[in-house]
Amino acid sequence: MTALDISADGEGTVRGIRPPLHRGLWAACLLILVLGGSALLPANLLEIDASAIGRAPDPGHPFGTDSLGRDVAARTLAALAMSVKVGLVAATASTGIALLLSLAAASNRVADQAVGVLTELALGLPHFVLLIMIAYAMGGGTNGVVVAIAFTHWPRLARLLRHEAQGVAASDYVAASQALGRPAHWIARHHMAPHLAPHLIAGFVLIFPHAILHEAGLSFIGLGIEPHLPSIGVMLAESLREIIAGRWWVAVAPGAGLLLVALAFERFGEALRVAAEPPGGAS
Amino acid sequence: MNWLRPLLLGRLLRLAWLLPLATIGLFTLVSLAPIDPVQAYIGDLSALVGPEQRAAIAATWGLDQPAPERFLSWLGGAMTGDLGRSLTYGVPVAEVIERRLPASLALIGIAFVLSFVLGTALGIAAAASRGGRVDRLIRFVAVTLSVSPGFWIALLLIAVFAVGLGWLPACCAAPPGLTAAETGMGDRLRHLVLPVATLSLVGTAPLVLHTRQRLLGFLESPAALHLRAHGLSWRRVAFGAGLRHALGPALALHLAGAGELFGGSVLAETIFAWPGLGQATVRAATGADAPLLMGIGLATLLFVFCGNLLADVAAQLVDPRLRRTTA
Repeated sequence: MTALDISADGEGTVRGIRPPLHRGLWAACLLILVLGGSALLPANLLEIDASAIGRAPDPGHPFGTDSLGRDVAARTLAALAMSVKVGLVAATASTGIALLLSLAAASNRVADQAVGVLTELALGLPHFVLLIMIAYAMGGGTNGVVVAIAFTHWPRLARLLRHEAQGVAASDYVAASQALGRPAHWIARHHMAPHLAPHLIAGFVLIFPHAILHEAGLSFIGLGIEPHLPSIGVMLAESLREIIAGRWWVAVAPGAGLLLVALAFERFGEALRVAAEPPGGAS
Repeated sequence: MNWLRPLLLGRLLRLAWLLPLATIGLFTLVSLAPIDPVQAYIGDLSALVGPEQRAAIAATWGLDQPAPERFLSWLGGAMTGDLGRSLTYGVPVAEVIERRLPASLALIGIAFVLSFVLGTALGIAAAASRGGRVDRLIRFVAVTLSVSPGFWIALLLIAVFAVGLGWLPACCAAPPGLTAAETGMGDRLRHLVLPVATLSLVGTAPLVLHTRQRLLGFLESPAALHLRAHGLSWRRVAFGAGLRHALGPALALHLAGAGELFGGSVLAETIFAWPGLGQATVRAATGADAPLLMGIGLATLLFVFCGNLLADVAAQLVDPRLRRTTA
């Protein structure tokens, strides 16, 4: 056995991560399914039905009904649509904050220091405690959740973008462009943007699953989406009593649905992140 | 140990500017809240309390003064160790934290150790069979766990082990109706199982992925190849030399992530009615208990700080190369 054979032989070679396109299609299909499905959902499925209280899963109610006779599957779909909308808005806002702060940090030394301090502060508390604090400051509710998520998920992406932007700004080709008299906006468009865009997109997709998970967590403890709206967190909070009463199915669909959406986007984001990294994985 | 002093000094210096800024930030957040603490305190009794009495309650709590003055008076108290009075529990904030912190630390501590052992072992096992069936299975489970809502896992555990099988209690730290002194060791342990399992499962995932990645790098190195050429199986290379290689960074990462375990315990304690600081956090936030929220914010800040400090120390202890570059 030669050295080359040995190094090639594990129990198999490490298979490269699948191309992002494949996983992106998955995530997009799921997104369309959730948003489209909840839009097409007949309204009477969400209503209280006194004749079908606490039913176990059967063909009419594939995930059972809760203690008010509401169909768990239909409520889950509506709640997931809510989660996805909140998650999209919050993740977009958070990515925007990360981009603004990183560009400020890369352009100016004082701003760099200030952004560094802000990052330290945001990472100084446990993630979820900071979320609670901001949601509390906003008085809870859907807006509170969006603001809390937007203001807590930017630090990692901001650090990465700042690092990349500073690297590009210090590169030879930017120096060459400057020597040739290119204006700053030209450099921003032709040198900065192509380097930052892949990281920005991967960062957004990776923030999204955590945004919807944290939204559910906040709603679960009563600081999130208002209880009369369908939301996974509220459904799971209500399900605790039902589980104790033996109706376990009330908790299965909401959690599994949330997990499925989060997993699809996490895997998509991970593939994008790998694709965004330069070959050799320098960063 | 001459590398330890500059490290400690640097960290303390950071705390010296971080703490005041965080205090101001937290106070701003807490006073921004549109929830009226007096209304939250009165709750269902609003019909019985007139405007004069409301004003009197607000004056007792100092709420009639502007925010900067309230901050200064709070700061003056905090300097002497008086963090104010919790509105929901009706006792000083310091007492609430002191009484509830041990319960949380017990939960977090056990989960910390369990998830460390489990996470590194699974990570190494995955790397040893890289690309194989075991690797794919472990990686799939880890990625799935990393995006699982922790409180959902807790609910499923309750449904299976507490309600379905009836093996374990679903609530509290002791059987209802007994004082702490009357509770036996076995009972206490039984009540610990489900909360600890929830927290450990959530804390394991990042460690598995990190250890696996780290070890893959090692297994491609000439050193590992050399051991393999001597006839050691990949598994023995991974769990022998690879273990030493991966353990230090894994410990540092795990310590730095200890704060996230506290975040997880907020939800776990709420579900299992565990009498710790996490449960108090939720009650404080939903009950508009600003002084307690301030206190908990500062306590968790120090908790994260200690985790990061220990992570730095651990990283330098296990890797002499780091010591040489910083000293």
